[in-house]
Amino acid sequence: MASRIVARQLEKRFGHIHAVQGIDLEVPAGQVLGFLGPNGAGKSTTMRMITGFLEPTAGSVVLDGVDLAADPIAAKRTFGYLPEGAPAYPDMTVEEFLGFVAQARGYHGREAKDRVERAIGRVNLKGVRKQAFETLSKGYKRRTGLAQALLHEPGILVLDEPTDGLDPNQKHEVRELIKELGGDRAIVLSTHILEEVEAVCTRAVVINRGRIVFDGTPAEMESRAPRDVTRNRMDAAFRAMTTGDVGADAPRGKGGRR
Amino acid sequence: MSAGTSAAPVALGAMQRTAVVFRREFRSYFQTPLAAVFLVIFLFLAGLFTFNIGGFYDRNQADLRPFFQFHPWLYVFLVPAVSMRLWAEERRTGTIELAMTLPFGVRDLVLGKFLAAWAFTVIALLLTFPIWITVAWLGEPDHGAIAVGYLASALLGGSFLAIGAFLSALTKNQVIAFVLCAVACFVLLLAGFPAVIDFLRGWAPQVVVEGLASTSALTHYESMMRGVIDLRDLFYFITVIAAFLILNCFAIDWKKSD
Repeated sequence: MASRIVARQLEKRFGHIHAVQGIDLEVPAGQVLGFLGPNGAGKSTTMRMITGFLEPTAGSVVLDGVDLAADPIAAKRTFGYLPEGAPAYPDMTVEEFLGFVAQARGYHGREAKDRVERAIGRVNLKGVRKQAFETLSKGYKRRTGLAQALLHEPGILVLDEPTDGLDPNQKHEVRELIKELGGDRAIVLSTHILEEVEAVCTRAVVINRGRIVFDGTPAEMESRAPRDVTRNRMDAAFRAMTTGDVGADAPRGKGGRR
Repeated sequence: MSAGTSAAPVALGAMQRTAVVFRREFRSYFQTPLAAVFLVIFLFLAGLFTFNIGGFYDRNQADLRPFFQFHPWLYVFLVPAVSMRLWAEERRTGTIELAMTLPFGVRDLVLGKFLAAWAFTVIALLLTFPIWITVAWLGEPDHGAIAVGYLASALLGGSFLAIGAFLSALTKNQVIAFVLCAVACFVLLLAGFPAVIDFLRGWAPQVVVEGLASTSALTHYESMMRGVIDLRDLFYFITVIAAFLILNCFAIDWKKSD
């Protein structure tokens, strides 16, 4: 099956800063890709280019066969996106906010209501549906953001740190949800928690200073840890790749894809 | 519920997309005390200026000139209060990233937000209708002239809002957006203020004085206040609104990621 996300040679410059320096990424249906890297490596910038919030300085993005640059509005229908920090309009209630997103997605009347109901049910927002977004706890805010991204049952999900700031129970719930969502979707999620990658991802991509430094399965990533390390091998592998000590060799490109 | 089997999201036309943005924005005014505070202050000041300073009764004339002549000065600080949050708030809370990755174009967002703010100020303006009833009850005013006065006031408010929306897109700080807008609107009025014009006439060439006066919103507003619709005045206000909405689109693309 053709890849749902095809990003080619993505580059982004902010003035003198070369934030993303040529990233190639293809994500087929059924894959859950964990996008890793130190802060400032270009994860969010890359996700923002894939979702059309930022225009790349060079390169192209094709989502479910739609070229983002050529038809941005059609391309934006193909995915659900949880931006970093899960923003939403502070004065709106959860229900109103999801109602707005449903309208933006082109649903109205009964269908819009059903969609909102389903999204609320799916991420357990029933108890807070009438509450203003700004009064919600971090966990509920994150869930509202997920509900918004899932509302139209997109084939592509881009989630920027979906479990950031959640307590262990909430993290577990979100991971279970992401596993459930798998199916024939293409999911890209960024995270700093490496166990999360082992728990939910079928592929791990590590970027450092705007370039891909690893692309493979979580197991392969773990095997990159120095031999003498016995505990937290994922962390050791991550450090090795992103601090330039060991293993920061040429990107493996698409070879690591399963 | 698996992806792929779900119905494709419905494609909305540009008008429908703008309408979705408009509805959310318009409602947001009433979700905070802003609407109530604004309406009360606007109506109170409009009344105060008309009756106490404008000498509505003393003039013994059945027209609304004392009412309309203070609108430009009222708008200088009330319109920025409406426009300041339009984009600054979206940028501060990060919802701009959400809005711009939903299937909207920049134009849909700029136009929808502007129209919502304009509709809100026009409602405030229309709530002054008792003053029209008063003057109709006391004498026999020229109703056509009053209607043109309302139109002029609405266009002036719209022009200020377009300027304010553009300036709001340049900052995350609502206070800065407010001050910039108030100053810009003040300068736009001042260029046509009799005292300024007379001062310039003393030494500047006629062409410069006339040219400057014709760029002032005040000149065109007062021309319409005489009760005549001159196409040049209409053209002026529509040009100002259109120009700043276009600038607004550029400002969003330029500043959105800061």
